[in-house]
Amino acid sequence: MAKYIGKRLLYMILSLWMIVSATFFFMRIAPGNPFASEKKLPPEIEANLNAHFGLDKPWYAQYWEYLVRIVNWDFGPSFKYKSQTVNDLINEGFPVSFLLGMEAIFIAVALGVLLGIIAALKHNRWPDYTAMIIAVLGISVPSFIMASFLQYFLAIKMGIFPVARWESFMHTILPALALASTPMAFIARLTRSSMLEVLANDYIKTAKSKGLSSGVITIKHTIRNALLPVVTYMGPLTAGILTGSFVIERIFGIPGLGAHFVTSINNRDYTVIMGVTVFYSILLLVSILLVDIAYGIIDPRIKLAGGKKGE
Amino acid sequence: MEKLLEVKNLEVSFQTYGGTVKAVRGVSFDLHKGETLAIVGESGSGKSVTSQSIMKLIPMPPGQISGGQILLNGDDIVPKTEKQMEKIRGKEISMIFQDPMTSLNPTMKIGNQITEGLIKHQNMSKQDAKNRAIELLRLVGIPMPEKRVNQYPHEFSGGMRQRAMIAIALAANPKLLIADEPTTALDVTIQAQILELMKDLQSKMDTSIIFITHDLGVVANVADRVAVMYAGQIVEMGTVDEIFYDPRHPYTWGLLASMPSVDSDDSAELAAIPGTPPDLTNPPKGDAFAARNSYALAIDFEEEPPMFQISETHFAKTWLLHPDAPKVEPPEAVKKRMRQLSSTFEKPVLVKEGK
Ligand SMILES: Nc1ncnc2c1ncn2[C@@H]1O[C@H](COP(=O)(O)OP(=O)(O)OP(=O)(O)O)[C@@H](O)[C@H]1O
Ligand code: SF4
Ligand SMILES: [Mg+2]
Repeated sequence: MAKYIGKRLLYMILSLWMIVSATFFFMRIAPGNPFASEKKLPPEIEANLNAHFGLDKPWYAQYWEYLVRIVNWDFGPSFKYKSQTVNDLINEGFPVSFLLGMEAIFIAVALGVLLGIIAALKHNRWPDYTAMIIAVLGISVPSFIMASFLQYFLAIKMGIFPVARWESFMHTILPALALASTPMAFIARLTRSSMLEVLANDYIKTAKSKGLSSGVITIKHTIRNALLPVVTYMGPLTAGILTGSFVIERIFGIPGLGAHFVTSINNRDYTVIMGVTVFYSILLLVSILLVDIAYGIIDPRIKLAGGKKGE
Repeated sequence: MEKLLEVKNLEVSFQTYGGTVKAVRGVSFDLHKGETLAIVGESGSGKSVTSQSIMKLIPMPPGQISGGQILLNGDDIVPKTEKQMEKIRGKEISMIFQDPMTSLNPTMKIGNQITEGLIKHQNMSKQDAKNRAIELLRLVGIPMPEKRVNQYPHEFSGGMRQRAMIAIALAANPKLLIADEPTTALDVTIQAQILELMKDLQSKMDTSIIFITHDLGVVANVADRVAVMYAGQIVEMGTVDEIFYDPRHPYTWGLLASMPSVDSDDSAELAAIPGTPPDLTNPPKGDAFAARNSYALAIDFEEEPPMFQISETHFAKTWLLHPDAPKVEPPEAVKKRMRQLSSTFEKPVLVKEGK
């Protein structure tokens, strides 16, 4: 187990290095620079600015400096906002994004699994059809449209929730719902099909032949096995929630990391773009690792490589 | 001997998009305490459906027991509710399935899969149940049972899984064990071991067994009586000797002729039964076997044959036993083994409907 995790960490560092390098070079290829704006800056000032941020040095020197700083968890200053470092932005925005993401993941998993189980247990009856209609809607409606719908009906028309901003728990519900709708629908379909597959399995018949009640069979034999694919989906789910939050945070005016990220791209704020990208990558890689470890714990057939082989 | 199980005129059908599949069409048999009945027949003949009906394990819908009675100790289980069946399943009747690779829950420890039934049926405490599970594993011949109870199915080989399945099935001391092709998925040496184990346990525990197989070779080893099924009906039933040495139904002849036997010389060809079983959505008029039967008479395509009785225990459903039927000879391979059995009646007797 320890050996397995060690190996995975090594791969993670390798992937991170590639991501950092790729972002670094793509940023340099992209036309324009952070100080290009409507107002033409006098060349002396621009040269000064470049010198101040180290942009006058050759690329390999910049690249090396950047790598060293990242290893020290220092993403440098923001080009645009003089007084803030990228670390400040992350420290400020991430807790907000994290809360939103967690809420969305919770909604997606809880509702999705519930819908899927109900649909499978009532296979080809009205609860199944209802759940699947909800799922198809959830999958086919993009989250930003879902967001506007929710804002229009639940906030503006019915006044149940605030329209936007990030002040109280009530403010978090609509954006979390909008963010959760697509993955929830996907999880519902995944759970349903995997439940149906498990229900058709011989071991369910075995369980029945022991005289267990259908409730016990569902809980002890069906759901646990049916949730294995859902656990696998948690990695991509995290990625989806992260990227989805860029747009949702903009729509609801939420001061999260996603919103900063979008702004910084518009501003060509090199250091912020790179810093946030690296930060997101770390987040994603860690969550995928956690999912894999969790999977190994839930499914006894998966022996994490490096662990002792059974038999 | 006491009758444990009596199946009377059982009819089971499935609603499908293509129409109603009549999978079991009037099956009757009984089973005594401690007896082993083998049900043989080719794929799709309704063996599994018949046996699963006895535990009411067929999926309903689409399945439905559309007629007949299943008397367990004289008590009809057909009208019983699911809640009532839960008290019978595992406790009175249990089942072993064909594929030990898929019939155990992959994410549950073997021990827990055994104790589940014990805790439910015998109100055992967790610890007692676990001790009993270890005992059962030892009984079915699994080495180091103390260690094995805590393992998962994937840590067991195929043969060991089937042993574990047997332990699960026997956990609550059922009176009837249904084994649906328990050795088909295993290789030959393991097959023999499992059969030996089942025979051994049967004599220890005095369980009755319904043993389903399409391998007649296995039958001779384990069964007291044999029922031959074809297209949802029992076409011949008798003791092992009667079926092997004095078979009367052309389908049984076909099965016997297609069975490889050690004593047959190499030149003797294995005769496969030609054709395929009929579509049970629209069973043909007359005898379901007529189209594949080289001995078929004109009447076979018109009217279903009745059951004839050849001895106290031997029944066959073929027009060939009718007094007016022409005398026919069974195929060579079968004729070679034919013997005169002392119990045979002078003449086949027509069994009256609703005997
Ligand atoms: N759930 C179901 N829905 C529709 N038809 C079914 C269902 N289960 C069984 N049948 C039909 O019932 C008939 C008998 O099937 P059964 O499984 O009893 O055959 P079998 O004798 O056990 O064959 P095998 O040796 O292949 O196990 C088949 O024609 C099959 O198509
Ligand atoms: S009744 Fe006729 S068709 Fe059926 S088995 Fe006998 S001889 Fe063949
Ligand atoms: Mg079968």
